[in-house]
Amino acid sequence: MPAAFQERIHEALLDERLQQALYAATGRLMGKRVETVGAAQLPDYQELRTQANLIKRHTIENLDHYLLQLTAKVEERGGQVAWCRDGGEVHDFFARLVREHGIKLAVKSKSMTSEEIELNEALEHEGVETVETDLGEFIIQLAGEKPFHIVAPAMHKTRYQVADLLTKKLGIEREEEIPKQTAIARTVLRKKFLEAGLGISGANFLIAESGAVVIVENEGNARLTTSAPRVHVALAGIEKVIPRAADLAVFLKLLGRSATGQALTSYTSFLSGPRRPGELDGPDTFYLVLLDNGRTKILADREKRQTLYCIRCGACLNTCPVYRKIGGYSYPGVYAGPIGAILTPQALGLGHEPTLPFASSLCGACAEVCPVKIDIPKILLDLRQDVKKAEAREHPWNLERLGFFAWAWVMQRPWLFELAGLAAQAMLPADGEGAWIRRLPGPLKAWTDTRDFPPPAAKSFRQLWRERRPRN
Amino acid sequence: MPTRVALFVTCLVDQLFPQIGLSMAEVLERLGYQVGFPAAQTCCGQPAFNSGFRGEARLVARHFLDAFRGAEYIVSPSGSCTAMVRCHYAELFHKDPVRLAESRALGPRVYEFSEFLTKVAGCEDVGARWEGVVTYHDSCHSLRELQVKEGPRRLLRAVRGLELREMDACEECCGFGGTFSVKFGEVSGAMVGTKIESIRRTGADTVISADPSCLMQIQGGLSRAGLAVRTKHLAEILAGT
Repeated sequence: MPAAFQERIHEALLDERLQQALYAATGRLMGKRVETVGAAQLPDYQELRTQANLIKRHTIENLDHYLLQLTAKVEERGGQVAWCRDGGEVHDFFARLVREHGIKLAVKSKSMTSEEIELNEALEHEGVETVETDLGEFIIQLAGEKPFHIVAPAMHKTRYQVADLLTKKLGIEREEEIPKQTAIARTVLRKKFLEAGLGISGANFLIAESGAVVIVENEGNARLTTSAPRVHVALAGIEKVIPRAADLAVFLKLLGRSATGQALTSYTSFLSGPRRPGELDGPDTFYLVLLDNGRTKILADREKRQTLYCIRCGACLNTCPVYRKIGGYSYPGVYAGPIGAILTPQALGLGHEPTLPFASSLCGACAEVCPVKIDIPKILLDLRQDVKKAEAREHPWNLERLGFFAWAWVMQRPWLFELAGLAAQAMLPADGEGAWIRRLPGPLKAWTDTRDFPPPAAKSFRQLWRERRPRN
Repeated sequence: MPTRVALFVTCLVDQLFPQIGLSMAEVLERLGYQVGFPAAQTCCGQPAFNSGFRGEARLVARHFLDAFRGAEYIVSPSGSCTAMVRCHYAELFHKDPVRLAESRALGPRVYEFSEFLTKVAGCEDVGARWEGVVTYHDSCHSLRELQVKEGPRRLLRAVRGLELREMDACEECCGFGGTFSVKFGEVSGAMVGTKIESIRRTGADTVISADPSCLMQIQGGLSRAGLAVRTKHLAEILAGT
């Protein structure tokens, strides 16, 4: 498994076109974010982050209360709530639903939660054609891929690659202009919206006091998905609940700005249950599916439960110098970037990819941009400790553990530290006076594969200090 | 009676870049401080802490507390090692009330070099001269854990003969990240590649930082690429006359 992770990273780094597209696209998103959260546009940005963090903390600490309140309110408005422990239970729910309503076609708006549980595959298995209607998701569905980025799923594709894809999959004439490509997708999708018996959406926020589902988007596809078909199912992780509609005054200011650098997205929809008598639009049947899928496990850890504050804005991906190199497909699990690096090990278990928490330089850029102030570097450090503890139980004396044991022993004995330095001076190959070393063996080989290593100093600082004549 | 300052040179400077430590001492002495080097010092413990070995980190951190007990001011050439002591010791010792109290008392007395100059010495012009065009690399831990941003730049602008040109990616990580640099060597190498491109766009002949590990990473990349741009620690520039 670790080998596979390193292999995917290696491939991503070698892909010159991907490297350029990825760095440019994330850079653009970051630039727009910086502009919209700047003092000129949002003077109380830092206070809003603190407020968002406090609301999330309060909600997550009282999650049971708010989920029960939410459920009661959804049911009061004629909707139904399904609580699902994992993907299997969601699949069973949908299997019953599509049989009951005789559904053959489903349209879907963007939902990372559905990616977690491979919902499309399960629906196809039930004989239901499932069509992604977000443009990026539509593209990667045609390509048979997974989201590369939680906000911009097709970020890695150039318009020329999209042109190839549309020609190949839809049998149309080649079109390289983005607005025209969009028009093609729109034509294909409009027909699907009208024919679909089921609309599946995610949710950005669930409001406990009213039972409303809040969805933010830019394309209007979520609005059609949730209103045109006769049945609407909103699928959401249990952490999506917030206490009051008033709390959106904080979150909506942060989400669009952090995600795409928009003060507000083009559409913000508030959906409260099925169509009521006398109303023209909306589904006949509405379900809210609340998914656990590892979230209660995260909730049980006092320190790391702040992972659940995430509003999936993707800002940490855009600013992460590691994500900007290795891209979305290197990460194990559906969530990439810093948030994926803390979410995946907690939800799927440390053993899923034990090296993932170590794939970070701990630069802290993610924590700096997180709109809900999740301390991602701290959680990475905690996970690293958890991984090493688990390793110690299995292999008490692996090489790294032995190395750090010896290191700590030396570092508590200054004379030994000095001696070790002298030994290293004698052992390290010097390529000539002061020249940097081009090749080293052992663990430092990974360094010299891409960089030169400094030659040992002729004399250590402590040697020089002893020889130095004191001034003053 | 001049104020006493204890140098915490860090393990990296002790073994690989002693010139940085000497330069730091020179600048501090020029400003009238009495500079000492507690010889029991070794490392702050960060390598083990960041690698998930908290027990080993704790042992070395304890040694650090003992080595610097009683020091009035501790000055370090590394933002990262300073941040380790100031920001992370509390977590290491959360179950050890005695050591926790010690680290809480010591933490605020540990300063990154530029921080000490601007905040404690209250000095921005140390009387240095350096001919050349330079660019400044913000080390992640100085920037994000110590909130050091303008201080080093003000110090550099006061240097005679020096022209400071900002690079576009000055706040972007150089890719070092401790053991990350070998555990994910390929990614780390790619990250420094991006950093070097940004440095080259400025046309500067020297990259300056206040973290020896970043400088080691950047110089390692520059050297491998065969570029003539060199790296210097802020202290080396400020020691120049």
